[in-house]
Amino acid sequence: MNDNIIDLRRRAVLSAGALVLGFTLLPRRALAEFNGMGVPPIANKDLAGSLQRTPMLDAWIRIAPDGKVTVFTGKVELGTGVRTALLQVAAEQLDVAPAAIHFITGDTALTPNEGFTAGSHTMADSGTALLNAAAQVRALVVQGAAAQLKLDAATLRTSNGLVIAPDGRTMHYGAAVRAIDLHRAAQVKSPLKPARDYTVIGHSLPRVDIPAKLTGGAAYVQDMRLPGMVHARVVRPPAYGARLLSADAAAVRQMPGVLKVHVDGNYLAVIASDEWQAIQAMRTLSASARWQRGPALPSPDNIHATLRALPSQDIVVEDKKGPAGKAVFTLKRRYTKQYVLHGSIGPSCSVALLEQGSMTVWTHTQGVYPLRAALAEMLSMPLDDVRCIHTESAGCYGQNGADDVAADAALLARAMPGRPVRVQLMRDQENQWEPYAPAMSTQLAASLDASGTICDWQYELWSGSHNERPGNAGKLIPAQLLARPFIPSPSQPMPMPEGGGDRNAIPLYTLPRAKIINHFLPVTPLRTSAMRSLGAHINLFAIESMMDELAAAARTDPVEFRLRHMQDPRAREVIERAAREFGWRQRRQQYQHQRRPDHGIGFAFGQYKNIMAYVALAVEVRIERSTGAVHILRVTAAVDCGQGVNPDGIRNQIEGGILQSSSWTLYEQLQFSPDGVTSVDWASYPIMRYSNVPGKVDVVLIDRPGAPFLGVAEAAQGPMAGALGNALADATGKRWFDLPLAGPQLMR
Amino acid sequence: MSTLTVNGVRHTLDIDPSTPLLYALRNQLEMNGAKFGCGMGQCGACTVLLDGQPVFGCLTPVAACEGRQVRTIGGLGSADKPGKLQASFIKHQAAQCGYCIAGMVMRAQSLLEQHPHPTEAQIRTHMEPNLCRCGTHMRIIAAIKEAAEGSKP
Amino acid sequence: MKKKHRIWIGATLAAIAVAAAAAAWVIQPALAPVQAPSPDDFDSASIARGARVVAQGDCMVCHTAAGGSPYAGGLPLRTPFGTIYTTNITPDPATGIGNWSLPAFTRALRHGVARDGHLLYPAFPYIHYTTMSTADIDDAYAYLMTRTPVVARAPDNELLPPLRFRPFLAGWNLLYLRPGPVADDPAQSREWNRGRYLVDGAGHCASCHSALGPIGGERSPAFSGGHIDGWDAPALTALLQAPKPWTRDQLAVYLRHGWSPEHGAAAGPMAPVTHSLAQVSEADTDAIATYIMSLQKPAAAPTIATRSAMAATSVIAKGDPAAAITRPSTGDGGALATKGAALFAGACASCHGVGAAMMSAGGRPSLAFSTAVSSDRPDNLIQIVLNGVPWAHTGQTTFMPPFSASLTDAQIAAVAAYVRSDIGRRPAWNNVERRTADIRKENQQ
Repeated sequence: MNDNIIDLRRRAVLSAGALVLGFTLLPRRALAEFNGMGVPPIANKDLAGSLQRTPMLDAWIRIAPDGKVTVFTGKVELGTGVRTALLQVAAEQLDVAPAAIHFITGDTALTPNEGFTAGSHTMADSGTALLNAAAQVRALVVQGAAAQLKLDAATLRTSNGLVIAPDGRTMHYGAAVRAIDLHRAAQVKSPLKPARDYTVIGHSLPRVDIPAKLTGGAAYVQDMRLPGMVHARVVRPPAYGARLLSADAAAVRQMPGVLKVHVDGNYLAVIASDEWQAIQAMRTLSASARWQRGPALPSPDNIHATLRALPSQDIVVEDKKGPAGKAVFTLKRRYTKQYVLHGSIGPSCSVALLEQGSMTVWTHTQGVYPLRAALAEMLSMPLDDVRCIHTESAGCYGQNGADDVAADAALLARAMPGRPVRVQLMRDQENQWEPYAPAMSTQLAASLDASGTICDWQYELWSGSHNERPGNAGKLIPAQLLARPFIPSPSQPMPMPEGGGDRNAIPLYTLPRAKIINHFLPVTPLRTSAMRSLGAHINLFAIESMMDELAAAARTDPVEFRLRHMQDPRAREVIERAAREFGWRQRRQQYQHQRRPDHGIGFAFGQYKNIMAYVALAVEVRIERSTGAVHILRVTAAVDCGQGVNPDGIRNQIEGGILQSSSWTLYEQLQFSPDGVTSVDWASYPIMRYSNVPGKVDVVLIDRPGAPFLGVAEAAQGPMAGALGNALADATGKRWFDLPLAGPQLMR
Repeated sequence: MSTLTVNGVRHTLDIDPSTPLLYALRNQLEMNGAKFGCGMGQCGACTVLLDGQPVFGCLTPVAACEGRQVRTIGGLGSADKPGKLQASFIKHQAAQCGYCIAGMVMRAQSLLEQHPHPTEAQIRTHMEPNLCRCGTHMRIIAAIKEAAEGSKP
Repeated sequence: MKKKHRIWIGATLAAIAVAAAAAAWVIQPALAPVQAPSPDDFDSASIARGARVVAQGDCMVCHTAAGGSPYAGGLPLRTPFGTIYTTNITPDPATGIGNWSLPAFTRALRHGVARDGHLLYPAFPYIHYTTMSTADIDDAYAYLMTRTPVVARAPDNELLPPLRFRPFLAGWNLLYLRPGPVADDPAQSREWNRGRYLVDGAGHCASCHSALGPIGGERSPAFSGGHIDGWDAPALTALLQAPKPWTRDQLAVYLRHGWSPEHGAAAGPMAPVTHSLAQVSEADTDAIATYIMSLQKPAAAPTIATRSAMAATSVIAKGDPAAAITRPSTGDGGALATKGAALFAGACASCHGVGAAMMSAGGRPSLAFSTAVSSDRPDNLIQIVLNGVPWAHTGQTTFMPPFSASLTDAQIAAVAAYVRSDIGRRPAWNNVERRTADIRKENQQ
């Protein structure tokens, strides 16, 4: 647990030579929530999943007298399908049909506080909590029915929301719990339904949210239409640190439909009755605004050298000095990645309403509780007067503009009390102000002994922050722009085994001697935060590239070489399964005897954070030599995530992760100049389109009924990068170490 | 006053004629299908059909739509009675966050209306203007193929 | 022998001699096919140099069909004489040039003769390639012979019947082909000479940027402007008459990156040319720009049109919102421009309006500086609006969506009128709606 508690009641900082004071009325108990993941303290460490921090059963499950079941989760649907998966877990253990459950996600007025929906924790944290809570509630239901029916509880069974006696009498759950108080702490042990009896968990229940999304139903925060709602647009500065000199607010106030022009320091926004009117007004306001430029950004040309020279906090995450053979061969490599954009297909949006002293914010934040605390601080409102209700938006893949636009909505709702205010960021605003995946620089020196086994492994990485989520109000861009700005609390590294930049920096392979250092850079020139898999993307690219190079030096097949260094039986199984399904050995032999020009295959493995899902995959590519175009012909992946709740949902996430990681690894690089970020749209930040999409993707799931849930949604990002690097090296005979990999350098 | 004929129904709207179709559909007509993704015709989240052709709703002013037929995803079917493409997408669970999907369906709809039996290569080329950030492309292609008449499931 | 007989015999012999000479000149010999070379036959440095030469020559652009494999041909070229399909120049022995020797390849570039002796149509600009150096041709051969072989046969050409008789080309060549390299001009700098070598040789700029005479020969003076594939290729000798006169550095940047912060983006057939030039050295694009700038007619005194365009830009630079965003006073466009203003605000302003991110952060200039907007003809603006600028699949791109499906001919004419008068500050074009209808029809053929 993070012991850094920042005293936010008063913050005095020097900003541009002026003393700036940021006050807050944050109550003391809320300070306890300000830890790295935004969760409440542990109440009982022996309970399962999020029950540890929220032990009361009725925080998770309520049964109304008429039998209606409501299930609560503190996690939220980001488009990964967890709403459906969690629903399945609860339905299975409760013995209630999924369609009969009213399922409520992330709402500070209603649901448990499970911090952020991030890090692939949802099934492990919330799924496990619901698995156990639902089992215990079901047992209480049976107990209640037994008492009323005057029967032995052991003779009763449940099905579809009904308790059924041997003689055929039934009682619905609402009646059964008449005399039972669900407001009680969960127990350590749960009477779980055995996995062999599962009819819902482990089945590919169609996602409950998809039909509306395919038929024009309301599904997103963007679809909200509240009575009296008004439309707002913001005007952001041209770059970090710019100072507003002037803007013609008066002229904009005269424009049709404009209700308000809000100017507060460097913060500019316009509110209008109609959305198009708001956009027109925003364009005029933006064109009239004059800014004094802030400090220049560094040149992108030598960004990694620039980063490596910044002050760092050096964290040794592994220092193993076991007995090892003498090194006979050593390879030293450097691997880099550029800043990568989250690039949510829908720019961030929020609706807020201030009514009778209560602020309600509909937001697609990953963490409704931490956001609420930050908004309350920004607005100087008591925590209980601010409510954040998660409402879906486009996929965020980490921290995008969601929290910032929620702050915009709250500020503007405060400026127009009684009217719901909808704020939609424009594409360029989302692109220029979102926190990027950090550019990272790594270096690796690995050695083989005479038997072709790895005997030494020295890895270092440099990275800025992968976690800038609120946190305090100062983490919110709008709050930084106000005349009395809020200052972000200092960036913190994320401790292992989760890690931030060092996520998956420790290979799962057997390494007798290893030293791994995370040079955490607390201050870097561009705003950065978490993006799907965090450091695992580049770290697994580095590890898996090196494994291939060492395998070649040891004259060993890449898959064999990995197995030689892998003890974990589940890892071995995904590696062998992926290779077999792909036809790895046959393909290698084929290439040995008659290489197809410009074709290559590559393999990679990773267990997410070394504690979550196992993924191995193989890739076949063809390079078009005259243009450098990379054609991913086929991908085969094997995945082990323990008990899979929704197999098709898992496959969907892995396919998506494979394609998304391909796009990052091959194409993506944020464009910026000293004047600011220039990747303002998709033309200046191209991503994978249908013409680059793989020919075929096959995902094989290794099912482990009853095993703990292992987070899987981010598990493909790192391995896919590694496999692509290896396949390109195989296809061209040359290896590249700097992402993105595609470009004129592949032309021959 | 502008008139818009959407999914066969004629509407008279008192709005600025420069208003892009996207906002007229979403705000004046309260339809959810077409979405704001970039406002610049680069992502296709706002794709609707205009006289049977796929267009970017974000860049098509209402003034350009007088006397022309606009079709949106809501016109293809409902959750209870989905159209052929919609049913195929649901069957293939061809969505992750789903934000791009209405635009994908409308672009695919225009392809199938003009080429009932497209090859996979034709599908990929036709769908190029539409972006999916979640990486759902494989399922989208599979769903379109299945919906095409006479394709093997 | 009677005198009459002697005259007849003499005339017949003379006719046979002339015919024989003509035949010898028209019918070129086949050169022996060779075994398709292996990539290992070529030195990697030569292949790398050849890649630059082929990029200079823009070969991929014509010899690749839409969605086709590089250099496998099959692209239809619409000429005033009918449609010619480009050939497969991959090293496939059966359908490409895999069995062409270096002399056969050289002969094709210098004389427009295929390996088997048939004459090539001058849609293939051998009248320009003929000036390439032997070293460059050798390297281009090395590069092309190491491409991925593709089996692909181009469709038959669809030419006006008389033109299918290839020996007529021999006569055409007599008029227009001057074989072999041209000596450097010692009075000019090395960079100028390099520029001329590239422009007149591999670059074959005059093929598009010069008008064609009645039998397809390039008119003099060169670079006075041409027409290709439905687009106007502007006069390269009038760059100082642009709303903002071009400089050599601006032209070099435009050629390398496909857009200029002062002038706008390459569109239509020029866009792929700039993608090829991105592969060429900066010294070469500098040289091309130097040579082209040396051909300029002197800048005319600023006309009222250009003066008010410059004034308009300074208004825009001050960011006067009322003038640019709300319904501005229409220039000379009248009611059509007013209608166009509303369409522009909804369809175009998100990229081309004052304060749009593409212009502020992206550094793109106002449409006032666009060649298409300031041109005497609306054709290029119509084509850009109809087709946009497509995705190039490679790195950072210039992109514009197409409006052919969303805007009618009348609406495009209205937008064009607004852009021409209110942004470009130029006198109105005529008959834009009819021209749009015609171009739309031509594009579909």
